[in-house]
Amino acid sequence: MKILNGEVYDPANGIDGEIRDVYIQDGRIVDHDAGGQTIDATGMVVMPGGVEFHAHVAGSKVNAGRKMCPEDHRDQVFAKTAITRSGVGHTIPSTFITGYHFAQLGYTTLMEAAGPPLGARHVHEEFNDIPLLDKGFFVLMGNNYFVLKFIAENDYSKLRDYVAWLLKATGAYAIKIVNPAGVDTWKWGRNVSSLEDKADTFPVTPRQIVVNLARVQQDLGLPHSIHVHCNNLGVPGNVGITIETLEAIGDMPIHLTHAQFNGYGGTDWTDIRSGAPELAEYVNAHENVTVDMGQVVFGPVTTMTADGPWQRRLHLLSGHKWYNADVEMETGAGVVPYKFSKRNAVNAVQWATGLELALLVEDPWRMFLTTDHPNGGPFHAYPDIIKMLMSRDYRAEVIEGVHRRARTHSGLKDLGREYSLYEIAIITRAGPAKALGLKNKGHLGAGADGDVSIYPKVSDPKEMFSHPRYVIKAGELIAQDGRILVDKPGTTLYVSPEYDQQIESAIREEFEDFYTVTFKNYPVNYDHYLPHRKEVPCEP
Amino acid sequence: MQFDSVVCAFCGCVCDDIIVTVEDGQITQTKNACVLGKAWFLGHAQHQDISAARIAGQPASLEDAIDEAARILVGAHYPFIYGLSSTSCEAQRQAIALAEAINGTIDCCTSVCHGPSGMAMQGVGEPSCTLGEVKNRADLVVYWGSNPAESHPRHMSRYAVTVKGKFTPNGRKGRTVVLVDVRPTPSARAADIFLQIAPGKDFEVLWALRALVKGQRVEASALEGTGIAFEQITDLAERMKKCRFGVLFVGQGLTQSRGKHMNLTAAFLLANDLNSVTKFALIPMRGHGNVTGVDGVMAWQTGYPFGVNFSRGYPRFNPGEFTMVDVLSRGDADAVMTVASDPYANLPRMVRKRLEDVPLISLDSHESETTRIARVAFTTSTVGVNVGGTVYRMDNIPLPLTKVLASPYPSDEEVLGRLLARVKELES
Repeated sequence: MKILNGEVYDPANGIDGEIRDVYIQDGRIVDHDAGGQTIDATGMVVMPGGVEFHAHVAGSKVNAGRKMCPEDHRDQVFAKTAITRSGVGHTIPSTFITGYHFAQLGYTTLMEAAGPPLGARHVHEEFNDIPLLDKGFFVLMGNNYFVLKFIAENDYSKLRDYVAWLLKATGAYAIKIVNPAGVDTWKWGRNVSSLEDKADTFPVTPRQIVVNLARVQQDLGLPHSIHVHCNNLGVPGNVGITIETLEAIGDMPIHLTHAQFNGYGGTDWTDIRSGAPELAEYVNAHENVTVDMGQVVFGPVTTMTADGPWQRRLHLLSGHKWYNADVEMETGAGVVPYKFSKRNAVNAVQWATGLELALLVEDPWRMFLTTDHPNGGPFHAYPDIIKMLMSRDYRAEVIEGVHRRARTHSGLKDLGREYSLYEIAIITRAGPAKALGLKNKGHLGAGADGDVSIYPKVSDPKEMFSHPRYVIKAGELIAQDGRILVDKPGTTLYVSPEYDQQIESAIREEFEDFYTVTFKNYPVNYDHYLPHRKEVPCEP
Repeated sequence: MQFDSVVCAFCGCVCDDIIVTVEDGQITQTKNACVLGKAWFLGHAQHQDISAARIAGQPASLEDAIDEAARILVGAHYPFIYGLSSTSCEAQRQAIALAEAINGTIDCCTSVCHGPSGMAMQGVGEPSCTLGEVKNRADLVVYWGSNPAESHPRHMSRYAVTVKGKFTPNGRKGRTVVLVDVRPTPSARAADIFLQIAPGKDFEVLWALRALVKGQRVEASALEGTGIAFEQITDLAERMKKCRFGVLFVGQGLTQSRGKHMNLTAAFLLANDLNSVTKFALIPMRGHGNVTGVDGVMAWQTGYPFGVNFSRGYPRFNPGEFTMVDVLSRGDADAVMTVASDPYANLPRMVRKRLEDVPLISLDSHESETTRIARVAFTTSTVGVNVGGTVYRMDNIPLPLTKVLASPYPSDEEVLGRLLARVKELES
């Protein structure tokens, strides 16, 4: 395939809007014309395929949200076509639709943000019904029985081997930490609120959990850093504990996810303000830290997280229905539908915090576009968020319609920064791919996967990013002008770090005593559940 | 030959520790299985002298039967697919694809068992947990409208009552077990407290419990006619508030009695309220081995857990409009396909009448009243014995099935896949 005369944005290779040709052969980018289909990209913008860094799209809590919220589904319906399957869903779309809709927005890779190990098979089953995209999932470890136990026992080598074994057993991509120690205490109805509080099952602190898992991540050479949802998420003043968590890590790599939800100043709901300046200052000074926005989008959302105690609190605050599912030995989960309102003072501050953070973090390679779909908002709001990042005039227009707290309790209105197309290409594909350690994604250099999005060059970025003209996956045209042209499976990305086999005998007895499934039935059979898969190498 | 850690897909317990012995092409022994599981494994191992496909009761080639079934489905105005709770998720996916291809309606056994639980969840959410949380933590276990001793024989020993866990080292001694039902079932013997409730009075008692848990005044007269004494209910409310980790298992005695989804709404809200006092969870006692799985697959593929209609080309959901008993009682469906289910033996008379009147296609691993009246009947291999795949336990944990024995019959997944391919050929 050859894509001719496009205005190419390929930040990983330093290409900033040059008119160039891109060639693909056998599913990969090559540096010479190898024939095949020609796409005339004259007057269009060419970027690597989008890389969704953090979204909740598959697995037990997502599906609980679908079951619980039929009211979400009538909003958007998608009839079957000669090529595609049907589906429904506005904030929690059914699986087929999830794949098509991401592809229609120019995304070709997707990371599921949180799966419990016991539900790993479920994640993979849904992955196999999310067509077109390459996918991986982050497996929850911050409240895992054996993680806590080995930390409590100061047995680092067993911790390392266990983490590696668990990644392998679940076919996962990275270590996810959610409210470390807090979800463990939630199993008795409590929570933690400082880095020095202790889990219940074993007396270990959030600080110990995060630091030890960060060290394991480095020792195993996992392609992605630890991926952390801090304690006290959603709570006024939580920027303090967020920065303390980052400080605890020292210079080890850490990703702070949906930073907006972890970035509030103030002391209570009446004086909550954006903590973006403090957080951005820390991030700007520390190159080991990456963040994603977790931007709030006004309208309906479905909040879902392993942070069970937070979901209980949100249920009591909002009065909206509450689903909870604690998972034995591992984690928890909660789902609460919610609506972010422009007229709500707290919501206005939350909305402003995300944007302010994105504008204050100077290095776009360490700040990624997300809505923590479907927590802050649905992923299909990305084009509008891009427009807000690219246009101060548009921001000024939008902020006028939002509760005045967005202006008085954040610095957003005074920020003049406007993202360039080059920077947008970084925060939506090149940066996430780099942070995930996906060397073949997010760029258009020779050897990269042939995933390319081609947008019409129009003045309105929202229009442009809503309607890619062509989307190419592994060298095949999968979408054109919003129409899906093929329906085929993507590839599941996983890691397979080395470990000492002895770890199995070290955990087996307690496993069989306290789990309710047998040890043999715990690991996921790759041939059955990951039929299309690719191992991403570790570099210890 | 011996297989260990085999998953039993008979009931919603989905025990995965069964040891199955196979000798000379027969399952001769099972270890760890309950009486139901054992019968299921041994029963399905027996050779069946029936053909893989029949048309109008006469043996037919698989190809002819698939063609006949596809023509029935494509020719129908309101084709209906039902069942699926005793087959694998892999087969369920094919059935949904088929329903979509024929613009049909698809419903699973959920609509006649825990559909009301699903509707209550849609109204008020559901505070739940996996069975291991119960094993490791629960000191108060309440079964309401459920008779696990007969319907889920290992539920108490493996997950909820006698089992010892991390924080429950004394097993049965450390737990209080309460059974609420309309009659003293065999499960009552295992309970510390049995409350015999009057039929149809569950909502009233659950609502009074909510009030008591919230510290509100309840007049003794409010319980008149419920069969439960005021002292009994205040005692239960106190136990619920004072436990460290409580769990409420709800059965079909609640979902299918007067009040239906309102009973479950009350139960779910009670469990929710209790989380302001202590830690409390609720788990529906799902019956068939993979009825939880079919809810899940339906939800992730169509957005809805049961009763899904594709007549507009996209999924629509409406219990009462697109659910089996309602559609067939009204005489709407003009062709029916059942998968791994025996509605002719179990559903109301009006449904049976309609099943007699329309062309019926059945897929089942053994003969049943439904297969005997089917226009096209496929005999399929048994999921979890002859063919692998995935099933979901009542607490939504997915487990892998083992093939322990070869079968001369094709799987549900294969027949449905071929049927889908043939339907697409006929439509194009």
